[in-house]
Amino acid sequence: MQKAIVFENISKDFSGTGRAAVRNVNLEVLEGHLVVLLGPSGCGKTTLMKMVNRLYEPTEGRILVGGTDIRQLKVTELRRRIGYVIQQVGLFPHMRVAKNIGVVPNMLGWDKERIRQRSDELLDLVGLPPDVFRERYPAQLSGGQQQRVGLARALAADPAIMLMDEPFAAIDNITRTRLQDELLRVQQTIRKTILFVTHDVEEAIKLADEIVIMKDGQVVQYDTPLRILSQPATEFVRELTGAGDVLRLLSLQSAATIMSPWNENVNAGNISQKIQPTTNLRDALGILMSQGLEQLQVVDEEDRPVGLLTLTAIRNLAGKTAGVESK
Amino acid sequence: MNPIVQFYQFFEQGFIYIFDHWDRVSPFFFNHLQIVGIALGIAILLAFPLGLLISRVHWLTTPVLVFLGILYTIPSLAFLALLVPVFGLSPTTTIVVLIAYAQTMLVRNIALGFNAIDPAIIEAARGMGMNRLQVLGRVELPLALPVMLAGIRIATLATISIATIGAWVGADTLGKLFQEDNPRKIAAGIVCVVFIALVADQFFRLAERAANAYRQPQPSTSSGAKAKRVKISNA
Repeated sequence: MQKAIVFENISKDFSGTGRAAVRNVNLEVLEGHLVVLLGPSGCGKTTLMKMVNRLYEPTEGRILVGGTDIRQLKVTELRRRIGYVIQQVGLFPHMRVAKNIGVVPNMLGWDKERIRQRSDELLDLVGLPPDVFRERYPAQLSGGQQQRVGLARALAADPAIMLMDEPFAAIDNITRTRLQDELLRVQQTIRKTILFVTHDVEEAIKLADEIVIMKDGQVVQYDTPLRILSQPATEFVRELTGAGDVLRLLSLQSAATIMSPWNENVNAGNISQKIQPTTNLRDALGILMSQGLEQLQVVDEEDRPVGLLTLTAIRNLAGKTAGVESK
Repeated sequence: MNPIVQFYQFFEQGFIYIFDHWDRVSPFFFNHLQIVGIALGIAILLAFPLGLLISRVHWLTTPVLVFLGILYTIPSLAFLALLVPVFGLSPTTTIVVLIAYAQTMLVRNIALGFNAIDPAIIEAARGMGMNRLQVLGRVELPLALPVMLAGIRIATLATISIATIGAWVGADTLGKLFQEDNPRKIAAGIVCVVFIALVADQFFRLAERAANAYRQPQPSTSSGAKAKRVKISNA
């Protein structure tokens, strides 16, 4: 897999603070991965991200995007190649939705017809019917709709890389969950390299291919959500992520990982509930508990039984996790 | 006599004078417009960079606005008298004074317009790859425009009124009609000045409203959208 973004010995001092915001960070982000920068406020995660599109310049080190040192590009050209989504959305209030989405394509000199098609296509992608929304002003949209447009605008010129700075932090819980699901769905089709900053652990675990945990300007751990929860590198990571939380860990694993293969002769009798192999174990456990069952039948898309998930298997897995924890 | 009747008759005489002697009023009327127009044009050209500057360099804001405020407190007659030795008895003297007075209102509102823009919008613009000029022209200027227009409107009204005094120092403005002790001419002059001011006020109010159009809370309903909404509410 190609490396989309490489940080080499990156440090950043803000003059006057006497403290490094980012200290000697080395990081490689793989193409098509959604990498979440996670940490408490002041840990340097946003600073690290803003150095990629040169809103901040590193004091030391260099950053490669697609193998090129970003200082070799004109700063405006670099930024037009990187999608940028911020918490406050930052839509241009005096431009209608379609024009907002067309800002970067317009600067790149696309013709009007192509921009119009692209903006309709993107509105569809983010779940806003173009006929209803393209002529609206941002003031006529809800917060969630605005951030959908923000996402569409960042995707407009089809950038390989997206930077997202706490994009859902200012949005109510229900809408945030919907937007997170939408982002995952969109990411399935577009496969961008996404650097996503958040301080919300649930959000990080839900969205990330890999999580970068930061503290005091340094990277503490860079790993998959599952490994961060099951093998936290430090006490700080364990506390931040709630790594001892068995339910959270179960939510990251699917039924397929611990089900036993389906055997017609052995697995007879009282199985009243079916689940998919992709169902996560927290949901499966929920079904078992609420219905007082001992086991669930795992079926594929054509409703053919493929396996059996037992309460015992889940308990054993949880026990192992507890074992890791006490080590 | 009843003061209301007196008041009415005073202005009636003014209107009659304007219609009977338009050939005598019109040179002053158009001269007035011209001087106000020139003064405002130059004033805006000067105020724009100055307003932009103090919105970017914050420590300059107070000294600049205090200086312009002091200029504004100089009585207009004294100000004119002060400049006659420099520019002589010519329209230039009046125009310079009008420009100086307008600066206070213009610079303050231009700076206010730029300062009121949400910094997140500027960051988004820069982050998307706009250069400084594009950020200014495509984002900051249209967003600051409503506040700037409000300042221009106030400055215009003040300029229209102060320009009359220029008649005493060589500018043939509508103030010329005030110079004889003739109530008909004075009333005619007042009517003309008020008329110009009302038209200018209305013009800039409409411009402000147009510049603010994007703030409307409801989508502008094309007929298609309207029909759709009706259908939903019937269902």
